[in-house]
Amino acid sequence: MKKILLATAALSLTAGMAFAEAHSKTVRMGTEGAYPPYNFINDAGEVDGFERELGDELCKRAELTCEWVKNDWDSIIPNLVSSNYDTIMAGMSITDERKEVVAFTQNYYPPTASAYVAASEDADIEGGVVAGQTATIQAGHVAESGATLIEFATPEETVAAVRNGEADAVFADKDYLVPIVEESGGELMFVGDDVPLGDGIGMALRQSDTELRDTFDAVITEMKEDGTLNTMLKKWFGDDTTTYE
Amino acid sequence: MFSFCTDPSILDDWFWTACYLTTGVHMSFYMSFLKVLLLLAVTAPVALAFGFGGAMLARARFAPLSWVGKGYIALVRGVPDIAFFLFFVIALDQGIEYLRHKVLCSDWDMPIRQGSDFVVCQAAKMPLGNAAQWVHETYGFALAVFTFAIVFGAFAANVLFGAMRAVPRPQLETAEAYGMSHRQTFWRVLVPQMWVYALPGLSNLWLVLIKATPLLFLLGVEDIVYWARELGGTKTPRFTDYPHPDYRMWYFLALLVFYLLFTRISEVALDRLMKRLTRGQATTGGEAQRRAGA
Repeated sequence: MKKILLATAALSLTAGMAFAEAHSKTVRMGTEGAYPPYNFINDAGEVDGFERELGDELCKRAELTCEWVKNDWDSIIPNLVSSNYDTIMAGMSITDERKEVVAFTQNYYPPTASAYVAASEDADIEGGVVAGQTATIQAGHVAESGATLIEFATPEETVAAVRNGEADAVFADKDYLVPIVEESGGELMFVGDDVPLGDGIGMALRQSDTELRDTFDAVITEMKEDGTLNTMLKKWFGDDTTTYE
Repeated sequence: MFSFCTDPSILDDWFWTACYLTTGVHMSFYMSFLKVLLLLAVTAPVALAFGFGGAMLARARFAPLSWVGKGYIALVRGVPDIAFFLFFVIALDQGIEYLRHKVLCSDWDMPIRQGSDFVVCQAAKMPLGNAAQWVHETYGFALAVFTFAIVFGAFAANVLFGAMRAVPRPQLETAEAYGMSHRQTFWRVLVPQMWVYALPGLSNLWLVLIKATPLLFLLGVEDIVYWARELGGTKTPRFTDYPHPDYRMWYFLALLVFYLLFTRISEVALDRLMKRLTRGQATTGGEAQRRAGA
């Protein structure tokens, strides 16, 4: 009898917990997982990087339960608007074209430069072949610059194209390229001038999800004000990176 | 994994490789092989069932049924796979959620379509927003199986439709002469004999299916090609304990071996099946078997 009572008590307890859980919402955070230092997959197979750390901190401050989801860059916006996850933190620059489909928080990464990287100093970045990732502002810029654009699905492939001679140069976010150039042992180098593009990087949400956007917006402001965001930026992008005033 | 893996930078090549190949990401890579095999094991019979159904419909004597079958075959065969995978899966997912929304959240006062957004109430989410990640992955996997089954089912339907027509007419006439009904003729005479005509076409489909699994990543299921690309890419020491140059060639070489091996095993199995199916058939193959046995 005692056992039955205990079992019933345990059962009702777990049922109660399950019920409570059904009401608390998990925020699913979409990312690409292929864009270090913004986001990448670490040795343990988990999402890691600047955006992972920032996103976890934002969720903690906003008292939200968050879960990370990987998605291909090509279909990252369609899956957001179709509610398969609730946010995108994937090094996505805020642009007017994207704003027509999704809503952005204020930027959590200041507007920065994009840069060309090539295997030799005299690479032709204006009339040659330049690699870029599909559906990025950089690819758009190359297409307008007069150079021949070749597009790749992942950022990694754009750099590989320069290494194996398929492209004369790659055009991407400078912060993505800096560690690659530094670790390449002189094989790769920056060429030409930096190009400022976009309005910084922000978190993308569904346009109808105004409440969640306001929540994240408020926490980002908080983190900008108390300096924690700057500390995080320096940790992932080095001391010379652009920070917030 | 191993106790000596705490600081990979000081290890020599063999130990380094052992540690490198047993990291968490590599475990996900190995798991993706099982995932692909499981997908094939589930998809093939389901697609065959779709194909059989489609072929039966296309053959139906009642015209509207036949139009449905022929429409299915023509429509799916005509749409490029990649468009089908991008469009159909999202539409299917939204369709399920729409129905659940209508049933579960009748008091919802906001529109489901808000601009480009598709928003349903929390209880209608499929799977629920707070479900564990593996539930989401299993759901994605099930959608993938279903989509593959529809696409390959259409091709299989066309193959089976042709195979059913290839069975010699005298066989069916003989069955009718014995007084078998239309249904009996179909199940007892036509179906057992058609497989031998269908198998070459079906085996082609099977081999194409084996190689179509990279489409899985469009559905968020991480397959072997995704992992090979991800793991093979150049890794800088800043973000991993195992920095390495571009290893993609080696990873894709491993995939090549896997695919070739798998193709070979399939060929052997299909050959045996063909021999088994040919036995006693009124075809040149069946005749040759009979002579060899006599």
